Amino acid sequence: MLLSIQALARRDLLLAFRQRADVLTTLLFFVLVCSLFPLGVGADPRLLQDIGPGVMWVAALLAAMLALNRLFAIDHADGSLEQILLAPQPLSVLVMAKIAAHWLSTGLPLVLIAPLLGLQYGLPAEALWVLTVSLLLGTPVLSLVGAIGASLTLGLRGGGALVSLLVLPLYVPVLIFGASAVEASASGLAYDAQLSLLGAFLLFALVFSPWATAAALKISLD
Amino acid sequence: MNAYLQVSELACLRGERQLFHDLFFDLEAGTLMRIEGANGSGKTSLLRMLGGLTQPAAGRIQWNMVPIDELGERYRESVFLLGHQNALKDELSPIENLELAAALHGIPIQRADAMESLTSLGLSGATVQLPVRLLSQGQKRRAALAALAFRTQAPLWLLDEPFAALDPEAIRAVALRIATQLERGGIVVYTTHQEVALSAPRRASVLLQ
Repeated sequence: MLLSIQALARRDLLLAFRQRADVLTTLLFFVLVCSLFPLGVGADPRLLQDIGPGVMWVAALLAAMLALNRLFAIDHADGSLEQILLAPQPLSVLVMAKIAAHWLSTGLPLVLIAPLLGLQYGLPAEALWVLTVSLLLGTPVLSLVGAIGASLTLGLRGGGALVSLLVLPLYVPVLIFGASAVEASASGLAYDAQLSLLGAFLLFALVFSPWATAAALKISLD
Repeated sequence: MNAYLQVSELACLRGERQLFHDLFFDLEAGTLMRIEGANGSGKTSLLRMLGGLTQPAAGRIQWNMVPIDELGERYRESVFLLGHQNALKDELSPIENLELAAALHGIPIQRADAMESLTSLGLSGATVQLPVRLLSQGQKRRAALAALAFRTQAPLWLLDEPFAALDPEAIRAVALRIATQLERGGIVVYTTHQEVALSAPRRASVLLQ
């Protein structure tokens, strides 16, 4: 089983590396959206510090959305998703490997570049740290929950638009607690409750999402 | 190899339309079965049902006397299904595709083995290192069919149009693979619109209308 999981994760990472342009699009989108706001609303440091956490989290949500159609659509089109369903391993475990590879190639780069972008909003050092941690806990949830939406809309016409309608409402709790953790730390308040909740979301999504995604994939390919 | 496939009262519904119903057949070890029928008669649907991808609208499929739903992963281990899509990644070379596909099914293979199976289907030299998107249709089909060499442990082969886009030489190579598998006691179910001479210990066919 380990061999299959490794093979699938390695394959997806190799593909992400060969198609670097697609992966960079997500990252550049995040960078651009985060950079447009300071240009748009002006250079008032108080205002920027207030909107910074929320804006950056919304940008992360949208970037995660943008990357979602890469998760299953290409495998579905070329028939390799069929072979994944036919592999003699539990589908939920293989799905987990795919989601992990997807997060490593699209989510992790956002987390790593976020502190740098946070500087544009004049966030204090501690808030930058909290921003990174909250994204580290939150972006995997975005990939996990997004996978359910991506598998449900597989092969549908206009699936791209539909997946955002399905998934964005489910992203709301992550957005609320992610942004509020950063805001709290910027105003010198305690933020561990929000981070704990994000951690709880992550654990819940880790258990629930691979199972739900596997079920949805089986229906989509029926 | 322990191989016995039983299908009874099988029916297929696509949307509102019933493609076939009350389909019965028993296949024992060494049987080559051709699924015949016009375009849209449900040949691919039947293959996907036998592979466990599509749920039948009615009826039972049993493998060694056990319903395939109950067997789950153990059944998937015994099946090799090649659809009309090649399941190759455009950005990877045939050799990488083959290695990763085998590993996905839990079969570790050496690069030399992968090379050999590609060569036996007429892919060699620089071709096996090129990204698949640069290959012709026939070459892609050959690369997909090279996986047959690693799936000889799977007693049930389900091949959807295996000979499409292949030249006579490649067709002979695939026919040889199929004949060898049948002699070892496998079951091969396939669809084709080409007349290809295949030798088999036992034969069966089903006509879908």
